[in-house]
Amino acid sequence: MLNLMTITKLPIANWMDHFVDWLTQFTGFFNGLTNFIGGIINAFQWVFDLIPIWLFIVIIAGVTYLANRDTKKWGLIIFEVLGLLLIWNLDFWRDMTQTLTLVLTSSLISLVIGVPLGIWMAKSDIVQAIFKPILDFMQTMPAFVYLIPAVAFFGIGMVPGVFASVIFAMPPTVRMTNLGIRQVPTELIEASDSYGSTEWQKLIKVQLPLAKSTLMAGVNQSMMLALSMVVIASMIGAMGLGTRVYFAVGRNDAGGGFAAGLAIVILAIIIDRLTQALNRQRKH
Amino acid sequence: MTIKLQVKNLTKIFGKRVPRAKELLKQGKSKAAILKETGATIGVDRANFEVESGEIFVIMGLSGSGKSTLVRMINRLIEPTEGSVLIDGEDLMQIDKKALREVRRKKMSMVFQNFGLFPNRTILENTAYGLEIQGIDKATREQKTNEALDLVGLNGYGDQYPTQLSGGMQQRVGLARALANDAEILLMDEAFSALDPLNRSDMQDQLLDLQETMHKTIIFISHDLNEALKIGDHIMIMKDGEIVQTGTPEDILTRPADEYVEKFIENVDRSKVYTAGNVMIRPTTVNIEKDGPRLALKRMRENEVSNAYVVNSKRELVGIIDARDVLELVRKESRDLQSIVNTEVPTTDEETPIADILDDISQTGIPFAVLNDKQQLRGIIIRGAVLGALAGNEVNHFA
Ligand SMILES: Nc1ncnc2c1ncn2[C@@H]1O[C@H](COP(=O)(O)OP(=O)(O)OP(=O)(O)O)[C@@H](O)[C@H]1O
Ligand SMILES: [Mg+2]
Repeated sequence: MLNLMTITKLPIANWMDHFVDWLTQFTGFFNGLTNFIGGIINAFQWVFDLIPIWLFIVIIAGVTYLANRDTKKWGLIIFEVLGLLLIWNLDFWRDMTQTLTLVLTSSLISLVIGVPLGIWMAKSDIVQAIFKPILDFMQTMPAFVYLIPAVAFFGIGMVPGVFASVIFAMPPTVRMTNLGIRQVPTELIEASDSYGSTEWQKLIKVQLPLAKSTLMAGVNQSMMLALSMVVIASMIGAMGLGTRVYFAVGRNDAGGGFAAGLAIVILAIIIDRLTQALNRQRKH
Repeated sequence: MTIKLQVKNLTKIFGKRVPRAKELLKQGKSKAAILKETGATIGVDRANFEVESGEIFVIMGLSGSGKSTLVRMINRLIEPTEGSVLIDGEDLMQIDKKALREVRRKKMSMVFQNFGLFPNRTILENTAYGLEIQGIDKATREQKTNEALDLVGLNGYGDQYPTQLSGGMQQRVGLARALANDAEILLMDEAFSALDPLNRSDMQDQLLDLQETMHKTIIFISHDLNEALKIGDHIMIMKDGEIVQTGTPEDILTRPADEYVEKFIENVDRSKVYTAGNVMIRPTTVNIEKDGPRLALKRMRENEVSNAYVVNSKRELVGIIDARDVLELVRKESRDLQSIVNTEVPTTDEETPIADILDDISQTGIPFAVLNDKQQLRGIIIRGAVLGALAGNEVNHFA
């Protein structure tokens, strides 16, 4: 039997290096992209810096109340208020808003790229067959690995953090958009077609509305994945709660690390429950 | 009658190796043999038929016989492998996407087995769907939608969602959506199959009522022969993608083309199908203005009956006479037939289904007289002939 160790090692690492090198030629393009993503980040951060902390807490509690009008989740609202007050008290407020900015920017970009891609996959079996393995790859490759090209293209800071998060967090949005559209019952598609809808009318009036709750579940997952990237992203200079955890690890500061970790958990629960509630709300 | 829809040589082969399957089909190979050899499924095999304007044309067949495929090729939800569909003489296969959309918007509407209602839209929005995608303004849309909902008896439900309605009501919405579009052709694929028997029967009646005033051309797919016989002007029976027989309900019942059709009609409730006109026999008659008791007696003896029906010279029914009374008259040397005529004769017309008069037939001793709209005597219904017809025997008209 052939011993695979005796043949020459395949230069996969080399090829990838060359590919990344080759990509870095397009500095103009990446600079433009950096500015664009940076713009979104700054906009979010500007808003969060502008809103007084008490107002922010009131807004979150109010939105939760409105989104759960029928079920009246007082427990959740109390949790949110206390949780946010704790973050404020621990002096993590700005870090929390930075993390939130990172998550929101990544999710927004995931949505803008992921939904059309998901629609495309739903419309064509060939496109689906091509992208399915790519998505699997994007999601299972250790997220760490994305840091390297991210730095190569975008340097250090929030932008490469967003880039790495988008690659890692986008697949659920794409997947669930595809799934949601494909799950629309054949009879409804036939109904739409038989009355003479254009492809666009069918998409807007039938497929997307009926795929919405599945699609939103994908967005929710993407946000959670983006949040799970914050510590990793902090290694390449994306500021926020992740940085606090990262530093704590470096200084062997268990207490500080735990406090920052707790803040991330609180943020995660708030984002998760809020997006779920908003999703439920839209269903009849 | 003008021809609204014409289907020529329409064929659908599903799967790969379609050209080879087509070739085998032309050689006369069976659906099963072609599936085995090429892996391709014959959905519909060279269908040819015509549908008249304003009729209900029912397509029947067992599961998998190609009914849905056929009806979906008519509006090209399924792209035919071969053949053509002509609507008012225009070949649908020759037109481009945009023109096809126009045809779907203006000429044909479809009603679905599981209703095909959009769960995220209200009843009003569902019904208006066809109009909405044509870009018709909201006011016109609402007016037409409300008219359509009125027609199916659902006004007042406009703001509800489909899941809030019963199955029967949901299918009324499906029908209203088709009617709102004002299309001339309705394609109904097992539209009533998901409903319980009572609701189904209601819907059939409602469809027939609507059809009285609207005269749509309806292609109706059904599993249920009783349904087909009740609503169909013509019935087409399919088997393994092929058309086995096309004809009026009576044709199908009285002259089944082969064993498959015979099997199909075996369990049918014939009392709903046969009308008084189908089972009536020739009566023994006496013309009261001409004939006397002796002639009456002679005729009754010849025909071995104990009653004769009395008519006037215009063949209008006067009543019935009994042989014993006539005998009495003869004995008394009287010619006054009028004195013994019993005018209490149960009557019906030729169109009445036997089911409607079956009870009365078995209760009254006197056979029903069948009259046409000028009150002329056309025939009579005797119990023996009725039971014979229900048992599936050929009715020997005017034997
Ligand atoms: N998309 C498809 N791909 C492959 N084969 C198909 C497809 N659609 C239908 N068929 C096959 O074509 C044949 C006819 O199917 P069709 O659905 O028209 O039957 P049907 O008479 O409507 O049956 P049912 O009463 O169950 O609705 C069947 O053998 C079916 O398996
Ligand atoms: Mg079918």
